[in-house]
Formats: sequence, structure tokens, C-alpha cells
Amino acid sequence: MTNKNNTAENIHKTTVTPLDDTPDWTFDLLGQYQHEIARVADFYRLDTYTNQIEVITAEQMMDAYASVGMPIGYSHWTFGKKFIQTEQNYKRGQMGLAYEIVINSSPCISYLMEENTLTMQALVMAHACYGHNSFFKGNYLFKSWTDASSIIDYLLFAKKYIAQCEQKYGISEVESTLDACHALMSHGVDRYKRPQKISLDEELKRQSERAEYLQSQVNALWRTVPKKEQQENEQKYKFPKEPQENILYFIEKNAPLLQPWQREIVRIVRKISQYFYPQKQTQVMNEGWACFWHYTILNHLYDEGLVTDKFMLEFLHSHTNVVAQPEYNSKYYSGINPYALGFNMFIDIRRICEHPTEEDKEYFPEIAGSNWVDTVHFAMENFKDESFISQYLSPKLIRDFKLFHIHDDSDDNYVEIGAIHNEQGYKKVRHNLANQYNLSNLEVNIQIVDANIDGDRALTLRYTPHNGIELGNSKDEVLKHLYYLWHFDVKIIQEDSAGEDKVIACCPQKKEDD
Amino acid sequence: MTNFIDRRLNSKNKSTVNRQRFLRRYKNQIKKSVSEAINKRGVTDIDSGESIVIPNRDLSEPTFHQGDGGVKDRVHPGNDQFSTGDRIPRPPKGQGQGAGQGDASDSGEGEDDFTFSISKEEYLNLLFEDLELPNLEKNQLDKLIEYKTVRSGYCAEGVASNIDIVKSLQGSIARRIAMSSSKRKQLKALEEELLALINDKHDNIQQKRELMAQIESLKEKIAKVPFIDTFDLRFRNYAKQAVPTSKAVMFCLMDVSGSMDQATKEMAKRFYILLYLFLSRTYKNIDVVYIRHHTQAKEVDEHEFFYSQETGGTIASSALELMNDIISERYNDNQWNIYGAQASDGDNWADDSPRCQEILEKQILPKSRYFSYIEITQRAHQTLWKHYQQVEESHTNFAMQHIKTVADIYPVFRKFFKKNTQSAA
Repeated sequence: MTNKNNTAENIHKTTVTPLDDTPDWTFDLLGQYQHEIARVADFYRLDTYTNQIEVITAEQMMDAYASVGMPIGYSHWTFGKKFIQTEQNYKRGQMGLAYEIVINSSPCISYLMEENTLTMQALVMAHACYGHNSFFKGNYLFKSWTDASSIIDYLLFAKKYIAQCEQKYGISEVESTLDACHALMSHGVDRYKRPQKISLDEELKRQSERAEYLQSQVNALWRTVPKKEQQENEQKYKFPKEPQENILYFIEKNAPLLQPWQREIVRIVRKISQYFYPQKQTQVMNEGWACFWHYTILNHLYDEGLVTDKFMLEFLHSHTNVVAQPEYNSKYYSGINPYALGFNMFIDIRRICEHPTEEDKEYFPEIAGSNWVDTVHFAMENFKDESFISQYLSPKLIRDFKLFHIHDDSDDNYVEIGAIHNEQGYKKVRHNLANQYNLSNLEVNIQIVDANIDGDRALTLRYTPHNGIELGNSKDEVLKHLYYLWHFDVKIIQEDSAGEDKVIACCPQKKEDD
Repeated sequence: MTNFIDRRLNSKNKSTVNRQRFLRRYKNQIKKSVSEAINKRGVTDIDSGESIVIPNRDLSEPTFHQGDGGVKDRVHPGNDQFSTGDRIPRPPKGQGQGAGQGDASDSGEGEDDFTFSISKEEYLNLLFEDLELPNLEKNQLDKLIEYKTVRSGYCAEGVASNIDIVKSLQGSIARRIAMSSSKRKQLKALEEELLALINDKHDNIQQKRELMAQIESLKEKIAKVPFIDTFDLRFRNYAKQAVPTSKAVMFCLMDVSGSMDQATKEMAKRFYILLYLFLSRTYKNIDVVYIRHHTQAKEVDEHEFFYSQETGGTIASSALELMNDIISERYNDNQWNIYGAQASDGDNWADDSPRCQEILEKQILPKSRYFSYIEITQRAHQTLWKHYQQVEESHTNFAMQHIKTVADIYPVFRKFFKKNTQSAA
């Protein structure tokens, strides 16, 4: 904590009686803590949706877990599998349950687990109800892609609709459709905004403009020029006109033999996938932001003398566990911990603002010495993981984490250390770490290029490898699902080294001599 | 603005439906796992659920994802030994964990099979799907043997000790309301009239007096309605209800002569386990009687039954006789549902086989719900089989099957108890 805060502490400690720190919580105490946390959050300008804090049991937490964070999920076996796994792990003691689940909705629903101590509840409230909540409301991706106020209603509609379909068309049919949709779920998102639909008025106006323009171009003389028939033919068979990366959207709108209810299910899965898309892209930031604020808010309360040493020790114990980063050769290592990276980056941004070094001034001239509250808010609002890291990862943090970059080319029989945490390596490490969070590098680039609508209706997808990485083994399985939705032949092509298109997978499987 | 909501009392088990969906989808794999598990259990160990193993590959949810090859750039924390440009031999497969030590895959997502537990009920349901107890429906009703006293409403007459106070007083209140309601109405009207007179500026003494007299007499009448009347009394009524007995006894008969080796006994054991499991779904209390025999029969405990070796010839009728004796001694067939299961390798002293047929037909089958015989042998059938075949033709509660290998047991068992295949008796 800063010196300034320490003096604040001294002033307050004489007058303020700390909040109760018994381990057992009551609704009354929760209310008191919530009130203080809200006051501090407001002080730091955290703008949130209304909080709806629900206290639940461990079993209910497992239920919530199994439905991948949707408060109302439709029935599907994969959720059952997830539930069994969670329950199994929990019973064996392999994992504790998450302390909290928070849902991007308005009001913002967060779950507190009954078993937690009062300290943990306070931590979770600061983390979820003010950290995550303000992120959902402030970050540009969430603002432009999700509609927090309607998601609960939509999920409720989806659950009811799918239950109805199961009654009308049978569980098996619905299950197959959902399976197929789930397989293509990550290819059911729009990555770029579609243009807004224009109003009828505007449409008519443009139509008359076009007609006028065409009329102005009429010149009888042109009719005498002979047409090039071939060219026209080629043009006619091209559908879709441009490659489509949103496969589920294409299926929903264009699959020839899909039942109306199946289209609706495709749409539901697509919508849900779209709803989760911003969360996928902001994991580091979102968790980092929430950790940063629970840490800052609770420390602020401590400085005011509102929480006791006992409270702080328990809080710091949990906090340290959450933001721990095992090293690459630890047996607990499973990649970079988004909580650790995100939390330390926000802490580091604050440090750069408040106590910049010469190095910081060189790397971050625009934020060094600026107001830290403004700066972290700006960072939260305008970035996603990839851009956030490439913008704000400081050399100091690279040194603290001892980050190093490994270049792995499958043509060589060795891997090479590309850069380490030194002067020459900072930018390269930062660049590569940022790319590691770039979804377009992680998810495969596969697009619908042709549907042959006038012919055999065979659907062609093109796989464009990134860095020469092959398409994974499950492609045949996924194609079966796509075939189920499209009902006609589907195949994936890929350009080989000679520049020729080669079929790498098709469904139904063809014999060798075909 | 913040709202706290206590959801702890809301229903848990929101995922039950999803769990059922999961079981439904993987029924075949689960069934396979269940029938494998049978082999590892004791005959009467059926109170536990079962742990089910499904290979992970069957459960996968495929998506398009990146595969092998190409160029991959990864960043890791905790550099302790590397400098730029170091070349390290590629570690064995494991998510590009570029570390020399490269044991990271241990802690990562392993390729273990998916293991989970199902409850006892789920286990039994899966095991006995499509099977039903032989002759149950038919026999159960004409073998009503136990009576239970159950409450059956209320009646107007009975002994004093059975008076139901609450019901009686409810009746009393109802009667009093019914008997006095018209008078109360009158009383109310008169009282209002009286009030009006009192508030009147004139005296109306005469009228007041009359009204008061009327009110008095009405009040008296109302008071005279008795507080409780014999008419109000209600007595708890009891009825005797016939309940089918839930007791069953299962006789396990096995040949332990020299020709039966341990493998054959193991096979027989599985059959008994299945039968026990099956019976325990219908009956609350099941006795198991183990009878082993060579030339003489003897009642033994489970361990001895399966694991002690005897030598000598074979007289199967000795076991049947012992079974019959035990029934008459301990298991009255009016109170017990009797099941018999005999396992043998088919060897029997030739002259004894007709005797077996006779005991079965005359003594045991009339008392038993079901008697099954399995012959575990690779060889040709002998006299016992032939005689039993005659029994099978004439009795519906007798069944016999031939088992050659372990794999036959489950199908044979299913055949025994297949739904609706028992022809009507």
C-alpha cells in the first residue's frame, strides 16, 4: 500500500470499529460487508449492473458448474457427463469447488456458496459482484456482442423450446441435432458486426435510386454486342458468393432439408456460442480485473480499519493461492495461469502510473505517471487479451515471471529457445505471448466456400492452415455431424504445397477409386 | 443496488435429467461394464452401487481443432537455464511443453478412462432390464397369506379406545353451527332492531321489553344445543389387508463331486449371484440355503459351498431330498416363496436320475415358485438331463439350460427369466 493510504489508516483507526470477523456468515453481516465494498467500489468508479447475490449449497454449485455457467440450461447428455465428472472429482477431493460463479446478465447474478467463511464471501463479493460485474458492463466486446438484460429470458426460452421439441420429435432426434450443433459451436459466431438492417423506407429509397441509375445507363447500342456466355455460367453456380466462416449461421439459413424446429435449435446454439465468445477472448483480462479489484478493495477496507488482521490473513491466503503461477518444470504446471498473469498486469499498470522507473518511461511513455484509476479503466474498457498483453506487458513483469519463448518447428528434430527475459527478448516474448491469446490463431480457419446449390448440393469447406498446422484428427467425426445437418455430401479441401486443392476429409466416406 | 437471495432451499439435483440423458446414451457401454462387474461380487453383496468404466474415446465431443505439425510458438514462465538460441531435443509428445524434463503430461489431461459410480437402483435396473420374475403375477394373488391391520378411514361406531377426538370435535362444531345458524340469524336481526330502538329518540319501553324477552329466549335455545352428541363421535376404523409375503428362500444346490472343478464352480457362483440379485429386487428378506452333494448331501455355508473340494461319486437325489426336508422343517410354503437353483456337470449315477425326476415332480415343484437347473459341461448330456427334460415338458415352473463357457451365463439367465415367455400354466 502507498504511504498516502497509510496515513488514511492512522486517521481512521481511532474512530472506526471494524466489521465482525467471525468465520460464520449471516445475511446481516453479508449486507454490511456488501455495503462497505460497494462504497469503495464506487470510490474507484466501478460501474456495475445491479447485483443479485444468490446463496447456494455445494450441490447446487455442482449443478451450476455442469451447465457451463448458464443459470438455466437445456437438457443434454454432455451436461450430465460434466456433472458426473465434477461430482466425482469433488468427492475424491481432487478439486475444491470454485468459490463463485458469476453470470453476465442484468441484474448480474453471482453465486455464493453456503460453505464459505465470511471472509471468503467478502472476497467473492468484491471479486464477482464488483470486479467481473464491472468488466461485463464496461468492456467493449461485451458491450457490442452481448445483451446482458435479455440473456436469462433467452435461455429460459431455449430450455422450454428444446423440451417441447423433445416431446414432439423425440429425445433422440433432438439429441442428434444438438450434438451436431455442439460440434460446430465454435464456428457459430460472428467475428465482425453485420451491418444493421436498413429500414423499409431506406430500402425503397435505395431501390428507386438503383432503378434510376440503371435507366440512365440504358443505351440500345450495347444490346448489339454479343454476350460471353461461358463467363455467365461460371458466375451463376457460385454460391455462397463469399466464403462463410459462420458455419452454423449458413446452415440455419441455407440447409435444404432441415426442419424448422431444427433451424431454431441451430439458432439457439449459435446464440449461446455468440454469448460466450467475448468471455473466451478476455479470460486473462476478466480474471485479472476481478482479482485486482478484490485485492484493492479489501486492502482499502483494511486501511480504513474496517476489516481486521485476522480477516486479512485469511483473505491473503486464498488470494495467494488463486494468483500463484507454477513454473514450467513444476508438476502443477499446466500453462500460464490467467488469474496470475491478469492480476499482475493490472498491479503492474498501477505501479507504472504511480512509481514509474526509467525503463517504464521508455516503454510506456503515455501512461507512466498518469492517474492509475483512469488508466486501468481505459485498459479494461478497450482491449481484449491479445491486444491487452501486447499493449501493457512490461519488461519488469517478463522478468518477474521469467518468461521464455520456445519455437517449435515440426521440420526440425529439436525445439529452439526463441527469446528469454532479457533486453533483446522482451518484445519477442510479448509478441508471442499475445499471439497465444489470439483466438484466430487458436481456432482453425475453416470456411464454407461452395454449396453447389444447382448441382448435387455438395458442400465444400476450405481449411487454411495457420503456420502449417494440420487439421486435428476429429475432423471426420465433425464432418459426420455437419453431414447430418446438411443432408448432402460435405468435404474439406486444403491447398497442398503444389498449390492444388486436395480433399482432406469427406462425408460420406468415398472409396479409394472414386 | 444489491439483492441477496437465499436459494439454498431450492431444489438441488438440477442435473438429474442430464445425468439420466447421459446414462441413456451410454447404456450399452454401461451394461457391458455392469455384466463384467457381476463376476467380482459375493452372492449377497448387492447393497452397493457399481463403478462404471467407459473408454474416453467413446465419450469425445469432436470439434475442429488444430492437429500436429507446423510451427508452434509458445511462451512459458520460470526460465531457469535457457538462453536465446538454445536447442533442445524435442520432448516426447505433450502439448509442446518445451522443457527438457518434459514430464508435464503427467499433470495434464490424461487419457484415462471415464469412471463414475451408479447407484444400487440404477445398477439393478440395468442388470435386470427386460427380465421379470417368473410366475409372479399369477401366483402372488392366490398365495395371500399374511394379513396386516391398516387404518381405513372412520366409522360412526366402535370401541371407546378408538375414538378420534379431533374428528369428533370437528363433527360437533359442524353440528352446532348447523343446528343454531337460523337462530343466530334471528338473534342478530333482533339485536340490530333493539339497537335501533335504543338510539331512537322515543322511549318505546314496551317494544324494548318484548325484544329483550325474545332475545333471551333465543339465547337460551342456542345454549341448549348440546356441546357434544353421540352423533358426533367418530371412531378410527381398521381393516385387515392381505399382503403378499415378502419372504423368499433360495436353495442353491451344487454337485461337488470330483468331476466339478473350480472353474465350473465359479460359473455356478455367477449364476447364483444373478439369481440372488434378481430375487432381492422383489423380496425384502431372502434366505439362502446352500446344499452341496456328492453321494450325500449336506447344508453348508457360502465359503464351504464354493471353495471346498470333495471327491467321490454323485447322487443328485440326495440334495433334492435334503432340500425337501429343509422346506418342510423350516420354510412353510404358505409363508415363503421358494426358489431352487441346481448346478451340476451332468454326472449322476444312472439309477438315481429317475428318482430325481420323481422327487422334483411330486415334492419340490408343487411347493416352489421356480426351479432352475443349469448343466455346466463340455461333454454330451447324460441321464439326468434326459429325465429333467421330461420334467420341463410338464412343468412351467421348471427351466433348464446348458452352459458351456462363462460368457453363456448371462444370456442363459436372461433366457430363463425373459419377459412374457413363460407360457401360461
